Amino acid sequence: MRAGSKLGFILLFSPLILWLGLLIIIPHIDMFLISIRERVGVGKYDTSLANYLTFFREPLYMLTFARTALMSVLATALTLVIGFPVAFYIAKIAKGRLQSALFLLCLVPFWVSELVRTFGWMILLRETGVFSSLLQWAGLADQPVEMLYNDVSMMVGLVYTSMLFMVVPLITTMESLDDSVIEAGYDLGGNGISVMREIVIPHAMPGIVSGSIVVFMLSLGNYLTPTMLGGKDSLWFTELIYSQFIVRFNWELGAAFGFMLLLLSSIIVWGTLKLSGQTLEKTMG
Amino acid sequence: MKSVFQRAATLLSTASVAAIGFAGIANADTLRLLTWGGYAPEDVVAMFEKETGHTVEVTLSNNEEMIAKLRATRGGGFDLAQPSQDRIAGPQAEFGIYKPIDLSKIDAGQFIGSMLEATKTNTTVDGEVYGVPHVWGTSGLVVDTAKAAGVKDYTDLCNADAAGKVSYRLKRPTLIGFGYAMGLDPFAAYGDEAAYKDIIDQVEAKLIDCKPNVKTYWGGGDELMGLLRSGEVVASMAWDTGGWKLNADNPDITFVAPASGALGWIDTFVLPAKGKSDAAAYDWINFVMRPEIAAKITDAAGNFTASKGADEFVSADLKARYQASFPPEAVDNIKWYPPVPAGLEMIEGAALDRVKAAN
Amino acid sequence: MTLQDLEIQNLTKTFDAFTAVDNVSFSVPAGSFFSILGPSGCGKTTIMRMVAGFIDPTSGDIRIKGRSVLDVPPNKRPVNMVFQHLALFPMMNIADNIGYGLRRKGIAQDEITRKVGEVLERIGLPGIGQRKVNELSGGQKQRVAIARCMVLEPDVLLLDEPLGALDLKLREHMKIELKSLQAEFDTTFVYITHDQSEALVMSDQIAVMNNGRFEQVGTGQDLYYRPETAFVAGFVGDSNRWRGKVTRAEGGQLQITTEAGLTMTGSDQGRGLSVGAAADIYVRPEAIRVGRSADELSQFENTMRGTVSSILFNGAASRLIVRAENGQEIEATLPQSGEFSGISRGDALHLGWSGEQANAFAASDDFTKVFE
Repeated sequence: MRAGSKLGFILLFSPLILWLGLLIIIPHIDMFLISIRERVGVGKYDTSLANYLTFFREPLYMLTFARTALMSVLATALTLVIGFPVAFYIAKIAKGRLQSALFLLCLVPFWVSELVRTFGWMILLRETGVFSSLLQWAGLADQPVEMLYNDVSMMVGLVYTSMLFMVVPLITTMESLDDSVIEAGYDLGGNGISVMREIVIPHAMPGIVSGSIVVFMLSLGNYLTPTMLGGKDSLWFTELIYSQFIVRFNWELGAAFGFMLLLLSSIIVWGTLKLSGQTLEKTMG
Repeated sequence: MKSVFQRAATLLSTASVAAIGFAGIANADTLRLLTWGGYAPEDVVAMFEKETGHTVEVTLSNNEEMIAKLRATRGGGFDLAQPSQDRIAGPQAEFGIYKPIDLSKIDAGQFIGSMLEATKTNTTVDGEVYGVPHVWGTSGLVVDTAKAAGVKDYTDLCNADAAGKVSYRLKRPTLIGFGYAMGLDPFAAYGDEAAYKDIIDQVEAKLIDCKPNVKTYWGGGDELMGLLRSGEVVASMAWDTGGWKLNADNPDITFVAPASGALGWIDTFVLPAKGKSDAAAYDWINFVMRPEIAAKITDAAGNFTASKGADEFVSADLKARYQASFPPEAVDNIKWYPPVPAGLEMIEGAALDRVKAAN
Repeated sequence: MTLQDLEIQNLTKTFDAFTAVDNVSFSVPAGSFFSILGPSGCGKTTIMRMVAGFIDPTSGDIRIKGRSVLDVPPNKRPVNMVFQHLALFPMMNIADNIGYGLRRKGIAQDEITRKVGEVLERIGLPGIGQRKVNELSGGQKQRVAIARCMVLEPDVLLLDEPLGALDLKLREHMKIELKSLQAEFDTTFVYITHDQSEALVMSDQIAVMNNGRFEQVGTGQDLYYRPETAFVAGFVGDSNRWRGKVTRAEGGQLQITTEAGLTMTGSDQGRGLSVGAAADIYVRPEAIRVGRSADELSQFENTMRGTVSSILFNGAASRLIVRAENGQEIEATLPQSGEFSGISRGDALHLGWSGEQANAFAASDDFTKVFE
């Protein structure tokens, strides 16, 4: 009996263990080993922290690093601000068919790949694109307007790409809030603002935090959207990693960058949890 | 409706073939080819499969990704690859991802002799030859002559009259092209890291200066085509074939060999170190170098090949465009890429990163 | 005329084609405990939500302390509500829960602290202010939910089946406690429930509601002993129910033959059933006397013989189910005299009840409905 349950346990957990081990832990160990290698000659390597030193000594890398983090935080905040009312409407105001239809609408863009979605934005925003033509047609602009290749278009793309990952956890937590608790808030003298602030938002906090973590991670690790919509000024940290690995053949520096990114995201997530008084168990459970 | 289903069926079967190829161990007569778009047109693949009985799996890529892929697998996963001739010696010395070519298995008579010799020289490491030439071409400028007639050289992209309507790649050809246009000689400095760094520093300053002029840095050929076709970009650094393709649709747009010289590249055949079907690879090389086959590839890719006598079979249109872009003195002025010494890419990479970050 | 805390006049609410509340009027005097009793879906919750302000009535008026509140939004009405699942704010501790309404009124923090302390004292839970909601027992939560409303000193407190989620023992206890809390705060309570025992135990006045209408309003005794409609007779307390036809009628005394062929005497309490009319008869189990012999029961108009088919022993509330000779099953209260302590299945028995105790109504759909 004991042996049987042990076997069952092993069988149940082996996919997870294999997944974690083969796809996450072992590659990361390998990455770390690469990152502490220094090329000293053709095909010759020494163990050293030179790559990390390069990272800290080159202001460009630090700048990109900080910029990526800040922009990701901003994208997360914007996604939250836009996603919260949407989620509230879907979870608490819309009923029945309308509710599922709205939820489906949030989901629809994710039936096509990120690449196609980003191309969609390019078609809308480019100089010869839809918005530019509309503005000219409406007489608001007398020549084609270029809306691509700047931080704003990049932000639009990031927010759009992440919206679902914010809205879903928010809807889930808000649906678990009993309508009568909101009604009690009004009944006891609260108005819309105070009910939001004292009841809905505190209740939705785990959803807000977990949605924010996911969106932040997605933005931080996004490669396509910044490069395609941000154009010549995009300057995203993942681009640096990509170019170190693929274009420069400098795996050592690329691996070090990868670890710095991992560290950065971990620190920011940890800080957010601490600040919001949430725990990882609470937000993910 | 029917065609949609047919297409879906084709897609499915392609996907399942790909899946089988991916999952199973490639059998001896499967040729896994890592190449550029247009270098293995479907009709050529079909003819080859019919004639030899081998099957061909084509993976499309570019120089950097080819090397990165082979490096990640230490030279496995593919039986034949086609990086540019200047990117063979360096990576081979550094990572050992190729195996030497057995020249006795190649029909040297099918190659343009001078090009074969030059490629052999450039791809020799420790006395072994690693590459033979296939397709060659140049990069220079694609210009909408009606709107940006003043663009004659790379540095003209920075002129005020084209502001906001030019583009180039943020990659090493741009650094080298600008270097020549600024009157420097980057290739001559390949052997001297300090001198090369000095050149790159000057180019970097120029590119940062030029940045406000640029609409965006293009990343892929299709992206550039879209930008030029829509008129959002009127002049760009690009490959010759791109210009010729656009020329067919819009006679104003064409490839211009820059005054300081177009940059010449040769894409080669190399054998990945862990390739499994060398025989099929040699068969492929000998097959596609036949003049009439090579001409088909030229028609598909737009570039000429190192196959002797293939010109006769190439469409008259393409030949006309080539001659318009390359008067004889421009051909003589082509700067052929010498092999890149290891380490230079680091200097270039740092410079490119700084250009990207500049405001 | 005494001051009425809550007056409802001709209140109607329709949802599309469905009439949830149909022309209901009632008034609740200050300081009394008023219950609305009815099965689920009868419209009682709709009335309560209209009083609280969450639903606008289709027509009619709601007046609190003589002033119409139709134009007053829920957060400004002088009524507060204890919700079915209490709806305590799980994100706040107890003191913040109770202080919530006071904060909304903009009362100073030290005043709030004092008031919260006071009300916790009054509900007998001093010093639990810092506890979390989920650390309290069901009964404690109940009291906190009431305190959260009472601290605002509302004119009327609405309670929407607040005992529904409690287990039986606690529910019994809370019935008494609620009544004493009402006396303690001396506030008008309007209580809705589908549980007749909650309504009967606590209320000064009970309205029995069915299909959007009030069937009868009265004290618990009125409803139990003098039901005015078949629905009330069936819904309040247990009854044996038979359907039959009036075969004779003289001076309020009716003779009715049931569908199973039993003939019995009943009373229509002045409802004027005539011969030939279809009638439903309701007889409470405790109105049926059990005897060993027919002689003991000779004073009753209705007597019959039967055998015990089962015994539902439940202490003081034990029942017998007796199968009459014609096959009809009759429920009767097991007398507590000890005489029948040895009774067992299959024993032969005599049953008897007076005609006065057999309440006859014109046949209605409610007859079948209450059986469901």
